[in-house]
Amino acid sequence: MAVATRSVQRTRRIKLQVFRIVVFALAAVFFLIPLAAMVEFSTRGINGERTLEYWTSIVQYPDMIKAIIASVQLALITSVAMLVLLVPTMVWVRLKLPQLSRIVEFVCLLPLTIPAIVLVTGLFPMYIWLGTNVSDSILTLAFAYVVLVLPYCYRAIDAGLGAIDVKTLSEAARSLGASWLTVMWRVIVPNISNAILNATLLTVALVLGEYTVANVLLYSNLQVELVHLGRANAGVSIAVAVASLMFAFVLLVGIAFVGGRRRRTQSEAVTNLGKGPVQGSAG
Amino acid sequence: MTVAGTPAVATRVGRPLLGGRRFSLDWVGVLPFFAYVGIFLLLPTAVVGIGAFFNADGSFTLDNYAHLSRSYVFKATITTTLLSLVTALGGAFFGALLAYAIVTGNPHGMLRRLVVSASGVLAQFGGVTLAFAFIASIGSAGFVYLFAQSHGFDYYAHGIWLFELSGVALVYLYFQIPLMVLVFLPALDGIKPQWREATESLGGNTWHYWRYIAGPILFPSFIGAVLLLFANSFSAYATVNALINQGSPVLSQQIAAAISSEVGAAEPGFAKAIAIEMIVIVTVVTILYTLLQRRTARWL
Repeated sequence: MAVATRSVQRTRRIKLQVFRIVVFALAAVFFLIPLAAMVEFSTRGINGERTLEYWTSIVQYPDMIKAIIASVQLALITSVAMLVLLVPTMVWVRLKLPQLSRIVEFVCLLPLTIPAIVLVTGLFPMYIWLGTNVSDSILTLAFAYVVLVLPYCYRAIDAGLGAIDVKTLSEAARSLGASWLTVMWRVIVPNISNAILNATLLTVALVLGEYTVANVLLYSNLQVELVHLGRANAGVSIAVAVASLMFAFVLLVGIAFVGGRRRRTQSEAVTNLGKGPVQGSAG
Repeated sequence: MTVAGTPAVATRVGRPLLGGRRFSLDWVGVLPFFAYVGIFLLLPTAVVGIGAFFNADGSFTLDNYAHLSRSYVFKATITTTLLSLVTALGGAFFGALLAYAIVTGNPHGMLRRLVVSASGVLAQFGGVTLAFAFIASIGSAGFVYLFAQSHGFDYYAHGIWLFELSGVALVYLYFQIPLMVLVFLPALDGIKPQWREATESLGGNTWHYWRYIAGPILFPSFIGAVLLLFANSFSAYATVNALINQGSPVLSQQIAAAISSEVGAAEPGFAKAIAIEMIVIVTVVTILYTLLQRRTARWL
């Protein structure tokens, strides 16, 4: 009987292994070929040789360079604005206004149910007003981007604050005579540095990949310019696309690495990505 | 701002703002946040909600909603729903298989970490790049196509379907499958190996296990994930816009076209009415998802 059970288990283990190998192989084919193809396409020469011509000629497209710079600036501005807006508010709510926490959570997660294309419909008249009365700089997109990244950053920071005892820490600091600014900057922030890094990297990745809002509001950010240039010179466009994708990949793998180094439990390494109601924003 | 002790008492007693007892300075701390989301999240939403009832002259009208019955909007609604349904079911099916393959491996292994991180990138990063990845691989100049063609298999013999809805659906899978992996992994992690052992000690086989134990437990979670994927496809804009630039076959493109028409026929009120249609559908789907998620939480 024991032998029979063991052999049943062995067959099952072999079956499982075969299943896993098949699935991973198919997934690798489906997901890696398009990525490899981008690299292949962007290094194509005239007579079938490899060349970096497309890559080096990126600099010859001033519109593309402008768009890249604008997107990087937007990523930085959005990250800083998001942190300044979200971290003090969430700490304050935890300390002083716990009855507000559900409302803050609801508001922060709201953008998940409002598609970007809908949000931008409402933002359109506001940006027309903003453009004529304040500034028509592409950097004003940061206002909208802070809203777009709100759900992801809320989750990241909420997880960080949940892991420390905000109340005790701040009361201890206050009773030793620290001002609220000191409490924030020298007590809370260092303790949730991981969560802040998480939120920042997610913000950068999302802003660099953003297309919908910029396109509808007629601003030329990285992704809009990619589509635009793609119609004229696909090679250069794909070179930039693969570079931006790799950059996002490095950033988000960085999250998993940094998260995994500090924390023991696996699921927390990917706080934003693997836990709770996740939502994509690729489309 | 305030001394720590006293305001806590004030807030506990009642609602200082509404109750009118005493204005607590604590509320000042959350003002910037609420002002910001008020202006850049709630106001635009209100602009959409209210604007849908006004025409270009600023007078009240229900025409914008009546226009939703225009044949091309109706067609776009059907197309978007079908596209979302197909990519949600396809993404959920393949994503669940991949998630299961991951979960049966080492929970702390490199492979799992790598797949989860990569899924995060593909599910979150822009759809434009993903569309380009497919143009570069299976597009008419991509090496996959060239290879297939030189071996006598011309899959574009009946037209370049990559730039049609079937192509869009394929590219959608490229972010739907990763999203499914992220959403479904926690549910699969909740399945305990003991349940399988218990099934076996009671004489059940693999079929019994999946049919009566794991299946029913995972089912609500699976359907919930399908709904989430549906909403994700339904709201998508970047990918389809990068692939198809004529005819606006999906709702999000209809909205964009109505906001700022290049031929000068912009209908902002109409754009908002379509936006409302979209938000209603996505909200219904999201509520169903939340309910299912809650039901799943009982077991996992």
